[in-house]
Amino acid sequence: MKSSLTGKLTFALVEPDTGLAHAVTMSPPGIVDELRRSGLRGRGGGGFEVAEKWRLCAAAEGPGRFIVCNAAEGEPGSFKDRAILQGFAQLVFEGMTIAAAAVGASRGILYLRREYGYMAAHMESVLAARRHAGLLGQCIPGRGDFDFDISIHLGDGAYVCGQETALLEYLEGRRGEPRNRPPWPTTRGLRGAPTVVHNVETFAWVSCVLARGAAWFKNLGTAGSPGLKLFSVSGDCQRPGVYEFQLGFSISELLETVGAERVKGVQIGGASGRMIPPSQFHRTIAMEDLPYGGAIIVFGEERDMLDVAGNYLRFFVRESCGQCVPCREGTRRLLDGVERLRQGRCPAVHLDRLCELGNTIRLTSKCGLGQSAPQAFLSIVSHYRRELMGRERHERG
Amino acid sequence: MLTTERDRIGLEIEKLVRSYHNDCGALIAILQEVQRRYRHVSQYAMQVIADALDVHPAQVFSVVSYYRFLSTTPRGRFVIQLSDCIAHDAVERAAVARQLENDLGIRFGETTVDGLFSLEHTGCIGMCDQGPVVSVNGRIHTQFTADRVGALLRDCLGGGDMVAAPGRD
Repeated sequence: MKSSLTGKLTFALVEPDTGLAHAVTMSPPGIVDELRRSGLRGRGGGGFEVAEKWRLCAAAEGPGRFIVCNAAEGEPGSFKDRAILQGFAQLVFEGMTIAAAAVGASRGILYLRREYGYMAAHMESVLAARRHAGLLGQCIPGRGDFDFDISIHLGDGAYVCGQETALLEYLEGRRGEPRNRPPWPTTRGLRGAPTVVHNVETFAWVSCVLARGAAWFKNLGTAGSPGLKLFSVSGDCQRPGVYEFQLGFSISELLETVGAERVKGVQIGGASGRMIPPSQFHRTIAMEDLPYGGAIIVFGEERDMLDVAGNYLRFFVRESCGQCVPCREGTRRLLDGVERLRQGRCPAVHLDRLCELGNTIRLTSKCGLGQSAPQAFLSIVSHYRRELMGRERHERG
Repeated sequence: MLTTERDRIGLEIEKLVRSYHNDCGALIAILQEVQRRYRHVSQYAMQVIADALDVHPAQVFSVVSYYRFLSTTPRGRFVIQLSDCIAHDAVERAAVARQLENDLGIRFGETTVDGLFSLEHTGCIGMCDQGPVVSVNGRIHTQFTADRVGALLRDCLGGGDMVAAPGRD
């Protein structure tokens, strides 16, 4: 397999453990303040402010605290976390250690999806080297009372385990079904203890912010979405790969960078994201406009948008945990609708009903998986309706 | 299955559960190890685990049935998965799929009668920029084409370096 990394990434320029060296000279609230000034938000998709999560966790009462790194990366179209772990695992573990110092945790867990099991040996060797260098384990230098170590847990194949409370259920040995929130994991997380859960990329940015300073990060990107972010770009373009952008870039800029022409649509945010048609390519990726997940797939003019909608819905039918009805049954009905469209057997009024159903799923599902499951279908119907209707009639499975 | 073999497996599993101090928080770790050793988690194994952990077997089954990498029927020594990531070229992928079915004589979702190969579809496995992608026991092959299927299967049988050891990840 070849490297997916493109161009000059900040992660390649930052010297590992400069951030940690800086952090151990600061007080725990001082570390949180520095992150607050940087404006760093979670890079997994939710976009919650990192400093606030840490403050809540540090303030909560509990027997011990946990730092969990979420490397579930199940979102179709996303591979940036895989590339980060392969290229910059040091920065990720460093970020977890900084988080531990800030909230007072002594145990960290890397949840690695089973599909990335081939990386586990490399991760273990990086952890062993860090223990040997005194950067993990007992009495980390600079702070005599600071003990922290990280273990790796391999997943068993369930997309919903990327949802933070489902991930915690998994780590406790149960079905990975999302919990009701509140309580939030920062108050009652793993085994009832206050827990900080972040995406792989978030921890790597924590290390960069501590190494280069909050002002450096804050001055990049937009007011509402400061800083840099990695994006996985794939599909019909000449140069797919992992790209670093300042938040606030437009889709047209992106398409030029990756060498994409004659584009029919761009799916932003993976299967749980939405399809953007060419008339909206001036729009920008930032919290203020199009929320970011990290997965961008380019679809050329030859693509059949019905195939795309069907592929994403099959994914959700397979991955729905079945806990709540709108998601479990609703996604099946939508997929059935896609099959009817394909066979030229779907009356317009039925398609309208399916869109109503899609909105109901969005409003009434319990977790983010269900709430976002109909999104790709709805955006494809709203922008490409003409292409979907009036297909030649034939019976196909 | 001979009773003696069943008893042997039962004792092995009990020993495994003891090594986790009969802690039901370790249920998934125990199931992963059982799956690795026996290539599935049988009903009998679930009963033994439940007894040793002092939980209802339905609880064990609820976990086994939830996760894709745990199975209640034996999977092949070599589990071949083809990613259906939408970013990949659909024509190339379809050719790879047909060739795998031709060479193995089974359809997707099936296991060969000799128990050697299972053929499965998988969702996106984080190789969207390098498709089509085939995984054999967790070992990844990128930019895979139909003409490489023959060599891949020969490598499985001959213990070549294209595949990870059977039963490992």
